[in-house]
Amino acid sequence: MYLVALKMLVGDRGKYLGLIMGLTFAALLITQQSSIFTGLMTRTFSFINDLSQPDIWVMDPKVQFIDDVKPLQDTELLRVRGVTGVEWAVPLYKGLLKARLQDGNFQIVNVLGLDDATLIGGPPVMVQGSLADLRTQDSIIVDEVGASTRLARRSVEPGGGATPLGVGDALEINDRRAVVVGICRVSRTFQSQPVIYTTYNRATTFAPRERKLLSFILVKGAEGMDPRELAGRIARGTGLAAYTADAFKRLTFDFYMRNTGIPINFGIAVTLGFLIGTAIAGQTFYNFTLEHLRYFGTLKAMGTTNGVLLRMIVLQALVVGVQGYGLGIGGAALFGYLMRGTQLAFRLVPEILILAGAAIVVIVTLSALISVRKVMKLEPAIVFKM
Amino acid sequence: MSSNGAAVVLRGVTKSYGSGSSRVQALRGVDLDVRLGELLMLVGPSGCGKTTLISVVAAILDHDEGEITVFDRSLGSMSQLQKTRFRRDNIGFVFQAYNLIPTLTVAENVAIPLLILGSRRSAALSRARDMLDAVGLGDKLSAFPPALSGGQQQRVAIARALVNDPRLIVCDEPTSALDADTGRLVMDVLRRSALSESRALMIVTHDNRIFSFADRIARMDDGRITLVEPQVATS
Repeated sequence: MYLVALKMLVGDRGKYLGLIMGLTFAALLITQQSSIFTGLMTRTFSFINDLSQPDIWVMDPKVQFIDDVKPLQDTELLRVRGVTGVEWAVPLYKGLLKARLQDGNFQIVNVLGLDDATLIGGPPVMVQGSLADLRTQDSIIVDEVGASTRLARRSVEPGGGATPLGVGDALEINDRRAVVVGICRVSRTFQSQPVIYTTYNRATTFAPRERKLLSFILVKGAEGMDPRELAGRIARGTGLAAYTADAFKRLTFDFYMRNTGIPINFGIAVTLGFLIGTAIAGQTFYNFTLEHLRYFGTLKAMGTTNGVLLRMIVLQALVVGVQGYGLGIGGAALFGYLMRGTQLAFRLVPEILILAGAAIVVIVTLSALISVRKVMKLEPAIVFKM
Repeated sequence: MSSNGAAVVLRGVTKSYGSGSSRVQALRGVDLDVRLGELLMLVGPSGCGKTTLISVVAAILDHDEGEITVFDRSLGSMSQLQKTRFRRDNIGFVFQAYNLIPTLTVAENVAIPLLILGSRRSAALSRARDMLDAVGLGDKLSAFPPALSGGQQQRVAIARALVNDPRLIVCDEPTSALDADTGRLVMDVLRRSALSESRALMIVTHDNRIFSFADRIARMDDGRITLVEPQVATS
């Protein structure tokens, strides 16, 4: 009887394709929007991901997320180094500064100042030059996307292409000369400004005069030291906030979730995908059942039990559900693949596939329930009146 | 087989639809016997209760009062599930609009009652082929119903009704959508293929062109059997 159910389903081409399209659309929209949401939210803490060496980030207790810099006095570094269990602690400058380009344009850049001695916290991938080149005078390393977009030299000719910033080119940051000695690759950030690496001391000369300039202290625990325990010890000993890398990511993520419209915007898109998918699939499946009511009634009259009819309808719903889900997530994955290398934030993780799968299960269950109810209540005597 | 030779016995059967002022009394105390080996036609004006009567006999509609016994089993004492199984094992249906599933082949349509009984697909299709041969459609096994004429579709429906060898066949206006020649052909097939000593046929019809195929004709009016008369069969 299950083959009969499948042939009833597949034989009605229009409804069958309509059902699959509705479910594909729902799965595609849910998967795609959730992946963009995840990609965007991942960018909020991409700086933390890129700096993999430290176990612990130490900062002002009022800091709420990675870009919420509240500078510390340089002496705090020495206090943190004095905490038992700290193997090393280095300063990190992080700030948005105004750079003057060679063509006279200005651009806000994200400057990271690394510990002069160790250069800990450097970019994850060097494309040109080396991190050690930062030891030369006025040197900076620029991220490749920033170098080829916002920091690129625009053509004087209308419609002409831009020339990427390259090794040897110079900028002015806060009226101080900065020479590009390397190009690096970093994870895209939420704010999308170009990223510039330099040494801590040079960064403090780029920055406007302030009494406090130390943004973060990066800490590595001694071997065998539990980072969470050490973070607690630093916090208690210094009065500063100390987070493990994961805790700092969570803090940043939570801030964006609470204080921006991102979750609600994407939540609406995902909910719309779910509702539209439910409406299309539910309506089409119900119409399919209505049009086949005569045949369900005939099967019922001939002795098919409600249990078998229920399983036939569930099978039909499952088949279109699996096909719609497969096509939907395939389409979303293809979309992500085609958009690779663009500025689009797209991150498809297994949890999203599970979420989309669960949503499709709910949609087909709701669709099937409406139809099942109709068939279960069907009086077999109706077949003589059809 | 029934001990007294009756396949169906109805005594004082009533059935009404709706309630209060909109209540319609479809059957008003029907008494009727249908014998094994006979083809009984139920005739009468529209709305007289013919379809309601075969519906309660075929256990697809519950009656209100009275006693219905089909092959010595009282329908009134059966649960819905028991009625479903009873239909599966004992009743074959032929509908006015054929009710063949258009996306299944002719052979697959005919095999459905056997699949409901739990037969293996290959065995069911093999038996369906035999039945289609018997009704003269052995060359249409792989055709789909919409590609067949009305007469051919009704012959497929007859094959489907007979394929699991039920003991009672109920037919609702089997020839009303067919021209006279095709109607006679279908009735000929029905009578020849379906009628046997261990089986009974009940046919509801308006079509006086086929009255001659009946063994007896029960006339109904306003929910009652008004006359049961013998009819000489032509075949």
